Amino acid sequence: MLKIKDLSLKLGNFSMHGVNFSVNQGEYFVLLGMSGAGKSVLLQVISGLIQPGSGSISLNGRDITREKVQKRGVGLVFQDAALFPHMSVFANIAYPLRSKGFDRNTITRRVESLAHVANVSHLLERYPKNLSGGELQRVALARAMALEPRCLLLDEPLSSLDVTLRRELRQLLREINRKGQTVIHVTHDYEEAAMLADRIGVVENGTVVQTGTPEEVFMHPGSEFVANFAGIRNFFEGELIAGDSFLRKFRMPGKEIYILTGEPTGKGFVTLRGEDITLSRSPSDSSAANSFKGIVTSVDPFGPAVEVTVDAGIRLCALVSRESAEGMELSPGSGVWVSFKASAVKFIPG
Amino acid sequence: MSGFQPLKLFFIFLGGLLLMFIIAPLAGMFIATSPAEFFDTASDREVARSIWLTLWTSMAATLIFAIAAIPFAWILARKKFPFKRLVSAIIDVPVVIPHSAAGIAILGFVSRDTVVGRIGEQMGLGFIGTPAGIILAMAFVSIPFLVNAARDGFSAVPEKLEKAALNLGASPSRVFLTVSLPLAWRSILSGLIMMWARGMSEFGAVVIVAYHPMITPVLIYERFGSWGLAYARPLAVVFICVCLFFFAVLRMLSNRYEDAEN
Repeated sequence: MLKIKDLSLKLGNFSMHGVNFSVNQGEYFVLLGMSGAGKSVLLQVISGLIQPGSGSISLNGRDITREKVQKRGVGLVFQDAALFPHMSVFANIAYPLRSKGFDRNTITRRVESLAHVANVSHLLERYPKNLSGGELQRVALARAMALEPRCLLLDEPLSSLDVTLRRELRQLLREINRKGQTVIHVTHDYEEAAMLADRIGVVENGTVVQTGTPEEVFMHPGSEFVANFAGIRNFFEGELIAGDSFLRKFRMPGKEIYILTGEPTGKGFVTLRGEDITLSRSPSDSSAANSFKGIVTSVDPFGPAVEVTVDAGIRLCALVSRESAEGMELSPGSGVWVSFKASAVKFIPG
Repeated sequence: MSGFQPLKLFFIFLGGLLLMFIIAPLAGMFIATSPAEFFDTASDREVARSIWLTLWTSMAATLIFAIAAIPFAWILARKKFPFKRLVSAIIDVPVVIPHSAAGIAILGFVSRDTVVGRIGEQMGLGFIGTPAGIILAMAFVSIPFLVNAARDGFSAVPEKLEKAALNLGASPSRVFLTVSLPLAWRSILSGLIMMWARGMSEFGAVVIVAYHPMITPVLIYERFGSWGLAYARPLAVVFICVCLFFFAVLRMLSNRYEDAEN
């Protein structure tokens, strides 16, 4: 288990303070935050490239706060892969093994098996400048795993890739994690976080403001920041069920909703923007596939609008104008119909 | 863009004048030297000895001082420390002071009255009028070329690569030898060539520390002073040919190295 306790540091104008979180053995932990929030710095601190001002880092019960970078057993994959341009892919993956003084046969064997896992076996003779973005990341992953790190740190590994490559690499990351590899993954993309994370830590202004499962973090944002950052109030975990057309059902405890998607069936999350939910006094006769009766539980001002929370078997948050809210005389306890289109619901495979 | 461009033509004309300024005196000197004079001079034993001395002392100055200059250049590129700008400025001092003054300074530093001079003497290494003194004088005036080129080379290596290597279990010295040095090598090589060329062509500092044994620039001066232009010219032509030959060969080798990398 990796445990960060009361970590603080100052780097020029940037500072981190009171950072506390822990990552369990074999867990996929995502640090989510806007750029400049301090996520990458945090990874460099964990890996020992930057020394914290105060606080402690322990890995599997051992204090590694002042441990040498080389001895920490923490592998870091940089955002742009940081492969050595003057070395072949083979030499890149072999680099950490050579540093540790393994013999030639062992190195060859290990590199081949790592390349197989990362699906880069056909690239071993190539040089980094002849690789695509996805290939660079795969090689960097293989290289970082060569020393069997106790914890693998990934700095925005998917950010420079297109959609297809992103899916492939995500698959690889899941696979690596499934084999028991503890992973800390930094991203600014909440969908990526939801897809991969066992747990999420939200980073804001140089500290971790909330940790929890994706559902806990998105459904019950611990601060205004988390709520605004993700931009979503309605986030549910459940299962996408097979259907005849793209109009499918998504089942969650207490409710089924219609959703328009081409994604394969399986477990995952759905998100729905508060702006896309319509409230009415009576069942509406519209094209919306989802229409439920519920009871208003709270009405809160939210910027220029009003956020109305409705219990309709699931907790839904709708954003409506102040005028509409007053016109409909919405208050806690009043009955209301909520409706939204199946196409407004977004599915995130989990 | 096409059409009449007076400004461009004017600039080309200015460039042409500049090129002529460099080429004309050299060409004139070559034309004024007959093949017979050239070969007589080239086969003169005194000349051959001085060219050999010039070549090996400048090479030795470059290689010996590179041992300290290259790691120091890495420090300048990577580390922050107090008075760093002052240190960088000190490195450039030999370029801006008159080389005869540099020679005087070195002479004062290593003469038999000083601690350095005495220690050298006891180790059998006199500096006045010896190859060791020539090496010191050449290194003094040419070291900035290597330090500056190597520093620029190291600065251009992304620091992230060094960090990645550390994270991958490499010791700092292994990071330097396997990542920083190979990636900065082009600049370092070009710095080594420049330092060597500069050392080889040095006159002012060397003539003060060691008139004898004579390196070729000193010999050229001596022949000019004793017997005049006609006698010094063939030697100058021979030495220029030697310099250009080595400069071209080294450039070619370093280009081949770059091609192999690409």
